[in-house]
Amino acid sequence: MDWHQLWTIISLPDNIPIVGMIFIIPFFTWFGLRQGFANDRLLEKLEGDPKLARAHHRKTQPFQKGWARELPVWPYLLRMEFLAVVIVTFILMVWSITLDAPLEEPANPSLTMNPSKAPWYFLGLQEMLVYFDPWIAGVVMPTLIIIGLIVIPYIDENPLGNGYYTYKQRKFAIWTFIFGFIILWCSMIVIGTLIRGPGWMWFWPGMTWDHNRLIFEINRDLHEIIGITSQPWIGIFGGLVVGGFVTVAGYACHRLIVATEFTRRILGRMSLLQYAILQALLIIMLALPVKILARLLFRIKYVWVTPWFNV
Amino acid sequence: MEASKKAAAKSAPLATNGSNGSRQLLGVTVDPQEIKQKALMDLNAIKQPTKTEVYKSIFRVKHDQTARSRTLGVLSNVFLHLHPARVNRDAVRFSFTWGMGGISFYLFWVLTWTGVLLMFYYHPTKVQAFRDILYLEHDVPFGKLLRNMHRWAAHAMVLTVQLHMFRVFLTGSYKKPRQFNWSVGVILLVLTLLLSFTGYLLPDDQLGFWAVTVGTNMARATPMLGHEGPFGPQFGMTPFNDVRFALLGGSIVDANALLRAYIWHCIAIPGFAATFMIVHFWRVRKDGGISGPNRIMLESEIKPLRR
Ligand code: HEM
Repeated sequence: MDWHQLWTIISLPDNIPIVGMIFIIPFFTWFGLRQGFANDRLLEKLEGDPKLARAHHRKTQPFQKGWARELPVWPYLLRMEFLAVVIVTFILMVWSITLDAPLEEPANPSLTMNPSKAPWYFLGLQEMLVYFDPWIAGVVMPTLIIIGLIVIPYIDENPLGNGYYTYKQRKFAIWTFIFGFIILWCSMIVIGTLIRGPGWMWFWPGMTWDHNRLIFEINRDLHEIIGITSQPWIGIFGGLVVGGFVTVAGYACHRLIVATEFTRRILGRMSLLQYAILQALLIIMLALPVKILARLLFRIKYVWVTPWFNV
Repeated sequence: MEASKKAAAKSAPLATNGSNGSRQLLGVTVDPQEIKQKALMDLNAIKQPTKTEVYKSIFRVKHDQTARSRTLGVLSNVFLHLHPARVNRDAVRFSFTWGMGGISFYLFWVLTWTGVLLMFYYHPTKVQAFRDILYLEHDVPFGKLLRNMHRWAAHAMVLTVQLHMFRVFLTGSYKKPRQFNWSVGVILLVLTLLLSFTGYLLPDDQLGFWAVTVGTNMARATPMLGHEGPFGPQFGMTPFNDVRFALLGGSIVDANALLRAYIWHCIAIPGFAATFMIVHFWRVRKDGGISGPNRIMLESEIKPLRR
């Protein structure tokens, strides 16, 4: 166990946000879901008691007859904002006084940094470079993330959970977002920061970052394992494999979409286009862990090789 | 009468006039009693500044405890008027919004000001950029604090914007009628990341150089538009005319790239971000203010869809 190495990584000033993230993201996930569960319990109570449902103020926050439903912004909101500004300023001051922003040697194109890492918020994408060609990891994926985020409101036809925390009423949406945001985005950032060392090799926490380490990995393409050797067949085979994945993943996602009576009801509200976009995004999102596992477990480099691009 | 008084005043400047003690001074009637009154009035103004014309001209409304004054105090203030007069009683708690949108905005504000101060010392040239950072760190009063604060506030903003998005998702606040504002938010998230990324190159050190090299190398592989991307060669892409060349102003990260990063970082992207923030805040108001905490809705209350 090389504690020194661990400390050098964690105490790097630029890595503070990631170390912070390890605590902050789970905290807010818990903080949000906890309020969701509280609302869910209230929902259950109201669903079982229609009379109460009509009379109830429908929030977990306390409310009594005669209380105003709205408060003046001054002082109630502005004082909170002022407090937030004071606290943030204080944190920033302490942070800036105690930790110095890094400055390396002057830029030198002939001296490669090893590992050379992108800024931390792009490390998830850099990690994807291990599993996908740059045109997918660096161009297609960011584009799809942006498009996927933008269309969320336009494909989510579930009218429940508008403006309050809930888990029960939006299980599918919440699991999808947590999968994308926490598992694919945040945890890849953590891996890229703490685990990836020289040569972008995998170093468990506490392993020494050995610059001379060599790993002999023989990554093969899927068609080589099967034993196909000449081109039109390689391309056709790969296309079939990808097509097969799309079919299976699409079917699995569809099973989730029609899993309960409620989700079927939401599906009934969706147009064909909405359904198609949802499926496309879900299938592509599922392709990431599948390709990652294919590489890590079976040492597969490409599943689809064509003269123009490889997947 | 009038004429003789004036004549008298001219001949005897300090002549007494009448029984109340007023005098003629340089042609003006001087009444000690009146002067005392005026002095008292000015003194009172110090005791009660809110009664003065200067105060009223600046603040326009009374600042007392009445609901009307509180409302007007917010609505008639240019910096506060983005707020509504009243908010959902439970929305002012930390627990609902986590304050992350507001904190992101405050951090953007901090970054703007520390950034402007840094610009006084920074030249985006290969000769000077790195030295300017050294100069900032070692010679400029509070230069190091300034640089640190700019950097850490940037890191913090990337984090708070993501948390803000997370809470907006968990509260379902992107649902009707706020769909469009979510999309504006996504643009803001992208702009925030790009702001941070373009700033990374500016110190012109190894860290920024290699990070930007790694980042822009991916642009080579853009389908159709990069010289190493699928169908790139078929579209006539070379290292000297593809998107990467356009981003860097060259085929390597060098002086032109530094200048381009500087202009994107200090002028173009902040301008876009500020513009989108204006739209974002405007839409928060127009969409009916903050979404909740809303009354929870039961499954049985879903209205049939009308298209
Ligand atoms: C520079 C970045 C951003 C700033 C400064 C900002 C600022 C704000 C502020 C001050 C609010 C008021 C409520 C609150 O504080 O939570 C708000 C609301 C909102 N923001 Fe953002 N935001 C940013 C980015 C985003 C992103 C990335 C998204 C989503 C992808 C987003 C979506 C929304 C939505 C939908 C609302 C309305 C929420 C509601 O009514 O509950 N914003 N934003």
